[in-house]
Amino acid sequence: MLRHFRPAIVMMALFTLILGLAYPLAITGIADVLFGDQAAGSLVRDRAGAVIGSSLIAQGFARPEYLHPRPSAAGKGWDPMNSGGSNLGPMDKKLIDRVATDTAALRAENRGAVIPADAVTTSGSGLDPDVSPENARMQAPRIAASRGIPLEVVEALIGSHEQEPLLGFIGQPRINVLAVNRALDARYLVAQPKGR
Amino acid sequence: MNMQGWAEIALTIGLAVGLGWPLGIYMSRIWQGQSTWLDPVLRPVEGAFYRLAGVDRNQGQGWLAYTFSFLAFSAVAFLFLYAILRLQGHLPLNPGGFAGMSPDLAFNTAISFVTNTDWQFYSGESAASNMTQMAGLTVQNFASAAAGIAVAAALARAFAANRGSTIGNFWTDITRIALYILAPLSIVIALALCALGVPQTLLGHVDAHTLEGAKQSIALGPIASQEAIKQLGTNGGGFFNANSAHPFENPGAFSNLIEEVIMNMLGFACVVAFGRVVGLRKEARALVIVMAVMVSGAAAAIYAAETQPTPALVAAHVQTTPNMEGKEVRFGAPSTAVFAAMTTGASDGAVNGMHESFTPLGGGMAMFMIQLAEMLPGGVGSGLYGMIVMAIVAVFVAGLMVGRTPEYLGKKIEAREIQLSMLAFLILTTSILGFASVAVILPTALKTVSTTGPHGLSEALYAYTSATGNNGSAFAGLSVSPYWNVTMGIAMWLGRFGYAVPVLAIAGGLVTKPKLEPTAGTLPTHGALFVGLLIGVILILGGLQYFPAQALGPIVEHFQMLAATSAH
Repeated sequence: MLRHFRPAIVMMALFTLILGLAYPLAITGIADVLFGDQAAGSLVRDRAGAVIGSSLIAQGFARPEYLHPRPSAAGKGWDPMNSGGSNLGPMDKKLIDRVATDTAALRAENRGAVIPADAVTTSGSGLDPDVSPENARMQAPRIAASRGIPLEVVEALIGSHEQEPLLGFIGQPRINVLAVNRALDARYLVAQPKGR
Repeated sequence: MNMQGWAEIALTIGLAVGLGWPLGIYMSRIWQGQSTWLDPVLRPVEGAFYRLAGVDRNQGQGWLAYTFSFLAFSAVAFLFLYAILRLQGHLPLNPGGFAGMSPDLAFNTAISFVTNTDWQFYSGESAASNMTQMAGLTVQNFASAAAGIAVAAALARAFAANRGSTIGNFWTDITRIALYILAPLSIVIALALCALGVPQTLLGHVDAHTLEGAKQSIALGPIASQEAIKQLGTNGGGFFNANSAHPFENPGAFSNLIEEVIMNMLGFACVVAFGRVVGLRKEARALVIVMAVMVSGAAAAIYAAETQPTPALVAAHVQTTPNMEGKEVRFGAPSTAVFAAMTTGASDGAVNGMHESFTPLGGGMAMFMIQLAEMLPGGVGSGLYGMIVMAIVAVFVAGLMVGRTPEYLGKKIEAREIQLSMLAFLILTTSILGFASVAVILPTALKTVSTTGPHGLSEALYAYTSATGNNGSAFAGLSVSPYWNVTMGIAMWLGRFGYAVPVLAIAGGLVTKPKLEPTAGTLPTHGALFVGLLIGVILILGGLQYFPAQALGPIVEHFQMLAATSAH
């Protein structure tokens, strides 16, 4: 048995050097040159160059003039240092109560709208950067009213941000929340009255 | 459910089989020590490995020597990783300043990665430094995958031999598998994932100031390089807590398709390679069909389950399907269902949605796939040898019916093979049901189960199922405690070596037997009859063992859910 340990130790050391250090460091170097933006985390910056988030990671939005992300179970909400889902089973009373509370709040904010499932459920990561097109359209009247712009303008802007499934059938249609909100701010930069 | 969803599921599994085929042909060359087009680059590296390790590449090993090498390699791997996990606070490349893991957590995590399970009782973004992720976890992703494929290669040689004595050399097997198969594929896949948005940096995190003026710290790291081998080697241990649901591990539909395909591709490739080494390609094709049919069935079942109305959505009078709790918008029900079927069929254990929040039948199906002993198509290498064990049992059952000594692939199947096969099988069952039974009556264990009732039982049963099956996915509401760390560590160890060592013993017996030509009395093992027989044996064995436990967990919960949704 003991004679098997020399090759075991040497092999493991070589695996560590080549596959644990050389391989990831080489990929880091190549990725930085070829795909620098993605490798750094698809960061989004403002005009001054300050980081305002990542296009792939949800951030919290609560103000009525913004498109809101899905609820989040990551930390205290949309916390990339604590990714994760609620892990509540379908019969869990905590889930049933939470959905009921969130639904009531959404009905108050977005009158008369049909509420899509993704608007009242937390994602697996808690960092889902997208909402479904139905979820975004449900919020359009509220955004339009609080920014004082026509509903059609908001709906058109949301529509222009819709990403179709790959080849029409792989994945689901989706709308990136941060992208819509940046477009809203960029286009309607003039301070609008924020009242309802 | 819709046509797009079904088309996506069919395409995904079809691609895994379709790409596994040519890769299997290539893999058979690696197993047999034949030349490849990568030789000019890799031959010198391979030679250096052998020189430094003092290995004679031409010396074959008997099954005992092969087994000792495998065990020694795994023991050293455990010690390396345990040391890194404990000492990470003192090692470089630790931008987050994480302290070392506690002894029980390091024990659990080290066994977890060495056995190709990759169960995670820690959150990568808040407990594992970049050094740990690279030099610790990524290395074991390669090493445990290579070791699993090596055992499969040894079994293939045993079937191919005619009164032979040796089953190959473990050290040349793992070296060649890691260098010629896993490393080149990982480089290509890592760069592809990076192009699609998976970060690859040595930074720990960046701070952002959000549009609404809040501060958001965004965890980063060398993710793409780990993601590639995590899926390719059916490891499944995520860089982040949320695993492949995290947008940085799996940013979109295309990255998701890649991650799904590569986690089953090498499992299928192992079967194709086996068929070529043994020289019985049609028999291998029958095994591929069994695997593909069953994983497709599981994907369909989970897709159907996850598009059922759930009580929370019904009660709130919102859109009632699909069950989006724990799922990402970019994946929805079909991508999540096929991922769940492929990850539990493959002993991968990565998730792109949270299994604990699945509907009862969706989560129960995922658990059942692991309980079918991880061979649909199973972990790399381990799936193939698991399926061969099941095929041995199937020909034995058929032999009993007609009263003949069974043969499989030209080898007589006798008492020793059946005893060892059943030993391997029963070790799994004993570990899964034994540990789970103790856990649900022991207050120490129950303290960290997140819920009560049938769902709580499912959570505990899933944990030991996943650990013993070396899967690594979770009903993740279960939280960490020393009790679970230690018992699950033992379950993972049993699931890996309690299965692989009997398989190597079977190989050791088969290699010395003469290779028989099929006669009129030999059961054909390539046609539809055998495919049906094998599927039947897998389902009956799995069902008999686990149906009672499933009935108390997911199945009861399913009826409770039907009652709750129909009340509105």
